[in-house]
Amino acid sequence: MSSTFKFKPYNVGRWVIWSLFAIVLIFAPLVFTSNLSGTMLAQMGIAIIACLSYNILLGQGGMLSFGHAVYTGLGSFVAIHALNSISGGHSNIPVSLIPLVGGIAGIGFAVLFGYVTTKKAGTPFAMITLGVAELVFAMSLMFSEFFGGEAGISGNRVAGQAFMGITFGPQIQIYYLIAFYTFVCVALMYAFTQTPLGRILNAVRDNPERVEFIGYNTQRVRYFAFIIAGFFAGISGGLGALNFEIVTAEVVGAGRSGGYLLFTFLGGATFFFGPIIGGILMVLAFVLLSELTKAWLLYLGLLFLFMVMYAPGGIASLIMMNLRVAAFGKLKQIWVSYLGLFVTGFVALIGAGAMIEMVYHLQLNSALGDTLKFMGVNLNAKGVDSWVGSIFILVTGLGLFEIARRHFMIEWGDIQVDIEKEIKRRETA
Amino acid sequence: MSYALELKDLRKNFGKTEIIRGANLAVTAGERVAIIGPNGAGKSTLFNLISGRFGPTSGEILLNGQRIDHKAPYEINRMGLSRSFQITNIFPKLSVFENLRCAVLWSLGYKYTFLKFLSGLKDANELAEKYMEMIRLDKKRDLLAMNLTYAEQRALEIGITIAGGSDVILLDEPTAGMSKSETTRFISLIKEVTVGKTLLTVEHDMGVVFGLADKIAVVVYGEVIAFDTPEAVRSNARVQEAYLGSHVADEQAGGH
Repeated sequence: MSSTFKFKPYNVGRWVIWSLFAIVLIFAPLVFTSNLSGTMLAQMGIAIIACLSYNILLGQGGMLSFGHAVYTGLGSFVAIHALNSISGGHSNIPVSLIPLVGGIAGIGFAVLFGYVTTKKAGTPFAMITLGVAELVFAMSLMFSEFFGGEAGISGNRVAGQAFMGITFGPQIQIYYLIAFYTFVCVALMYAFTQTPLGRILNAVRDNPERVEFIGYNTQRVRYFAFIIAGFFAGISGGLGALNFEIVTAEVVGAGRSGGYLLFTFLGGATFFFGPIIGGILMVLAFVLLSELTKAWLLYLGLLFLFMVMYAPGGIASLIMMNLRVAAFGKLKQIWVSYLGLFVTGFVALIGAGAMIEMVYHLQLNSALGDTLKFMGVNLNAKGVDSWVGSIFILVTGLGLFEIARRHFMIEWGDIQVDIEKEIKRRETA
Repeated sequence: MSYALELKDLRKNFGKTEIIRGANLAVTAGERVAIIGPNGAGKSTLFNLISGRFGPTSGEILLNGQRIDHKAPYEINRMGLSRSFQITNIFPKLSVFENLRCAVLWSLGYKYTFLKFLSGLKDANELAEKYMEMIRLDKKRDLLAMNLTYAEQRALEIGITIAGGSDVILLDEPTAGMSKSETTRFISLIKEVTVGKTLLTVEHDMGVVFGLADKIAVVVYGEVIAFDTPEAVRSNARVQEAYLGSHVADEQAGGH
């Protein structure tokens, strides 16, 4: 019996995946060499750690927190003060350990606030996190010595003794520091899911009452998980402080907390790797999408809405469902339907997008005249033609999308039935 | 002498309504006790009081001679008392194996550790496998609990309850909602997995009660009106009047 635990064939797969992850982290800046992609890659690493730490609460513990930025943000502030104390010659911790200072700060604040927060679960928990977040944000306006007021606290990461010529001045050096922390933190957070506390945390998520009757204090379980999440959140915050060299009160704000929730959910809270996708999307949205259109938050809100309604498992669950279909060799049956969905969905999006952009143009840029360029076409924001055309495209797109969706749902259902049958057949064989 | 489980003048009010009114019971270690009584007599409330789900209004509960009233459920569980639920209460999104492994962790002393890998806990894994075989779910090892059939979920419920190694086991209507043939099989399973333990079970099926129990406790209106061997209880006049009488009347009226 004991031999069944020692040898697991998919351990090989695990090695492959972790090696690939390391390779991607190492070679990404060599492939994407522009300045913009350099800063984006660094931010992605930070966002990945933050979203994964958030998912310890949301996905693994069933704790909906509206105030995770408190722990990333306060980690950032403590880290930047530590950095400044190095610059000022008051301490001589190596700069590469600054993120750990942030992590320890994260632990400290999670021990303090988490004690109150994790007394409750469910809706009261969510409300307390909201309260704590507001409290900390209000304090950030009151204590300007620590939070730096409106201007925030700035620092210089080229501080103290350079180690083997590494000053962390150039972006590429800070990237590799972030990449190293990202790899280690992701590995540690994955390891956490394989420990007794990690598994009991899942049990608390599923059925807290029953956990009480198998000897565990659910409050304790939530509290410990909260502290661990706080640690990784603080590391992420510390890395952010090093990367931007400035920390403003915005990092503890509600918007930041909402962002972690939104993108962790979009990426997928039910699978470990979901928040990694979420973190990457977060940076793409904040850096690229916000450049592309002024209405980016509106698009993001719509996307979130559709995800919650139609794919509550996030992108990760969509991937896993399709991998299952692919594993049974059924993907070729359905790819035409996918194509239909994408094309019709895109048509509807063009129609909706044109109208959204026209409204935004009228509200914000009307001084520049009535015409705007949208996807290479000149639109007149006050012209009947443009509006009728947009509405026509939207309605056509939506109609076709609905037809494609129904067709897809039937095919999808058939495939699932086939797969179930196949599984049954293999079991009996 | 000290009993495995003892209730002393236990009372519980919900608002002004008295649900348990001075219940007394003393169960010797190793006894199998069936608790019977009409609907609303307070059987489930009694279990909830003993297991710490509710605190009693007054009175004492002793487990192996130690007071457990007003303790939290997890503290009572750590002292060696475990219970199952009438409505299936398992971890739906964990596999059968994970359900059982969670249930053995505390008793093996792993507490809240996050410095050990589950896969390395040989004793926990072997124990979970052992209980999985005991409840005949070893073929469903990696299935999520929510995908089990109802009878399998009931078996898992029992598995989780006994896996912590408690000496005193409370089963709240373990066969609720099962067919006759399932019930028969299930009762023999319960007998098998609770060998050497003190067992208290709430049960409606009289066939089950007389087959399973060494002793029967009759609860009526929040009091234990009789606690004796099945034969003695059957011939007890008070019981016949208060419980079996109404039960027979029910059946004659076509209810049940």
